[in-house]
Amino acid sequence: MKFSIYRFDPDKDEKPYMQDYEIALEPADRMLLDALIRIKTVDDSLSLRRSCREGVCGSDAMNINGRNGLACITPLKGLKEPVELRPLPGLPVIRDLIVDMTQFFKQYHSIKPYLINEDPPPETERLQSPEERAELDGLYECILCACCSTACPSFWWNPDKYVGPAGLLQAYRFLADSRDQATAERLDYLEDPYRLFRCHSIMNCTDVCPKGLNPMEAIGRIKTMMTKRTI
Amino acid sequence: MTIARRKFDAVIVGAGGGGMRAALQLSEAGLKVAVLSKVFPTRSHTVAAQGGIAAALGNVTEDNWHWHMYDTVKGSDYLGDQDAIEFMCRQAGEVVYELEHYGMPFDRLENGKIYQRPFGGQSQNFGGAQATRSCAVADRTGHAMLHTLYQRNVRANTQFFVEWMALDLIRDEQGDVLGVSALDIETGEVMILQARATLFATGGAARIFSASTNAFINTGDGLAMTARAGVPLQDMEFWQFHPTGVYGAGILISEAVRGEGGYLLNKDGERFMERYAPHAKDLASRDVVSRAMTTEIKEGRGCGRDADHLLLKLDHLGADVIKARLPGIREIAIKFAHADPIREPIPVVPTAHYMMGGIPTNFHGQVVAPYKTGPEEVVQGFYAVGECACVSVHGANRLGTNSLLDILVFGRAAGNQIIEDLKRNSHHKHLPGDAADKALARLARLDSQKDGENVSQVGDMLRKTMQAHCGVFRFADLLKQGVDKISEVAQRARNTEIRDKSRVFNTARVEALELDNLAEVAVATMISARARTESRGAHARDDFPYRDDDKWLKHTLYFSEDRRLDYKPVRLKPLTVESFPPKARIY
Repeated sequence: MKFSIYRFDPDKDEKPYMQDYEIALEPADRMLLDALIRIKTVDDSLSLRRSCREGVCGSDAMNINGRNGLACITPLKGLKEPVELRPLPGLPVIRDLIVDMTQFFKQYHSIKPYLINEDPPPETERLQSPEERAELDGLYECILCACCSTACPSFWWNPDKYVGPAGLLQAYRFLADSRDQATAERLDYLEDPYRLFRCHSIMNCTDVCPKGLNPMEAIGRIKTMMTKRTI
Repeated sequence: MTIARRKFDAVIVGAGGGGMRAALQLSEAGLKVAVLSKVFPTRSHTVAAQGGIAAALGNVTEDNWHWHMYDTVKGSDYLGDQDAIEFMCRQAGEVVYELEHYGMPFDRLENGKIYQRPFGGQSQNFGGAQATRSCAVADRTGHAMLHTLYQRNVRANTQFFVEWMALDLIRDEQGDVLGVSALDIETGEVMILQARATLFATGGAARIFSASTNAFINTGDGLAMTARAGVPLQDMEFWQFHPTGVYGAGILISEAVRGEGGYLLNKDGERFMERYAPHAKDLASRDVVSRAMTTEIKEGRGCGRDADHLLLKLDHLGADVIKARLPGIREIAIKFAHADPIREPIPVVPTAHYMMGGIPTNFHGQVVAPYKTGPEEVVQGFYAVGECACVSVHGANRLGTNSLLDILVFGRAAGNQIIEDLKRNSHHKHLPGDAADKALARLARLDSQKDGENVSQVGDMLRKTMQAHCGVFRFADLLKQGVDKISEVAQRARNTEIRDKSRVFNTARVEALELDNLAEVAVATMISARARTESRGAHARDDFPYRDDDKWLKHTLYFSEDRRLDYKPVRLKPLTVESFPPKARIY
């Protein structure tokens, strides 16, 4: 199978280049990550992040034939050859397929991604009905792989000012939690021309999410909450 | 060569559930703590835990911690230390409620309480009816827990060193632990992180086997650093083979599938667990189910063209239950087995999953080792929790959903112990001049090695050797050959060569260092397994098929330096209740 992979090692390369690889696959190689590991046995300098190899840790997000996805759950079958692999767009490249995610996590941290409830906790659990809990489905499952935010032009242009779809999905995860008491504070923070309102609903985020989540819908719901509180 | 140095009150190596639970305790107490992790915290392997957290909340069926304790002791095949098990089971409710207060999105019952599901080896009334004890977030409990703990640490301003790999433990002449040397993976720089308390929470090492549910990062770094520093490893012969890894891919299919009512079939469509465990059936302990499956395959009742796997049937649960309670499993089965469990069974096979052994600790998370006066003297300044530690609450076999409980309880306990200990030790001890020499020598060797071995080839050899010689059933001749073979592999691992010499994010270097660590763990496992001439829990000897309490009701200690074994007694006395004496283990 043929691959064309973005290479850049700041220790020795003046500028990035695309390197071609052709490898023979084994029957057990089903996912793109399997092929990359096979390439790495031949060329140990090819650098990428990977860990769980089952799509839950979010390490191996990359741009695969022009579309962001996780290598470990992208089947080799059906990929157009040569498979063109590049680092996630819009973030600084550290080396090869590894990007610097500092800005991405900064935005995630900015929305206070934790439950805020100032009441003294009860002896046992806080109660939450199954319906209230169901509000968190499709939100809490995010794996912070950054496929969505790095597919979003608004995030490319303003990664320091626009929270981005991943951060906003988590902002809504806490807004939607019946146990959270910081709704006003959270909405105040997001009421800003950039943080939330740089989203122009082009749906790239929802389109690429490898977990099938819908950041755009969550962003829409935050906007609705904001509208509601002004009237 | 001078190396940069930084000082902290505490250094934690590993940012999975155990490390982050401990970090939270320390950060909230205002201590200066550094948490090192090879990967961004939410990528740690806790993220892959699926089924739940055991705690006798009694939300669904009547329950209490004492029954949970009995099940855990029995599940451990009586090798678990009963003081630690009582400690864990008594605190289970509290740590789960605490997690809920942190924001954990537990599934809920109609009355608004935390949803609980049945799991293997859980009983009411000391071996009676099935208990319903596992607190769950669908089949993504580990993911929800890891993110919740990370989020709480963000709130507490915990300082993370992301993509740093610890290289070696630093001990002084008295044997006290003073910190670690570590590699900043992104820049290639080595630094000494000096600390008054060093906690290892480095997770498991089931990557020593070819067929493993574990992530690539689970390479036993903490165990190897411990062994290299002269502290023994405990009970390394005990590895859990999870009954249901996806055939061919190894990915975990949670026991929650059987907890919700799924069951295993052989090629004749027979629900064979009824023969092996008439009472608990598919919810017998994991060691029991994995042995039954292996026996079915061995006796020709496996499924598929090569008759080498079994089928996990759950379509009878209905699409609604599967979508609501097991959505992650369905996703995995469709992606990795091309089977939608709503319609068809999932092909599964026992797969290496969890290490019961590890760094010996007491139930305060303090590392203990024989030194002068006894087998369990505290190693000053050194703590370990979670899968890398052996408290031992899991003994010879861990019960499902006790691992997430383990990391919560002992992460918190170790945090509290460190806070207490630091009140007494207010100064950093003097750092020896050669603190990082061994780690630097290993790196220098890798940089200069010519005509060496290929890292991935030696790694493959290591995994194949462990798989063939130290699997679900163990045979005298295979173990004997296994010791020789794995020793040879370990020798080759010292001679690896990497072609990538870049300083920047050199993953080839990381993998070579990880191979050193895997080799340390593999040798410890094989030698410990060969010596234990009985069958107990997950250690099943073909030539010694029965448990032998007269000779073997004791913990193994493996010393890396001279590959020597020693033993120490099991702590049979609980903290407040009567001891559960060993008896026949029937499910």
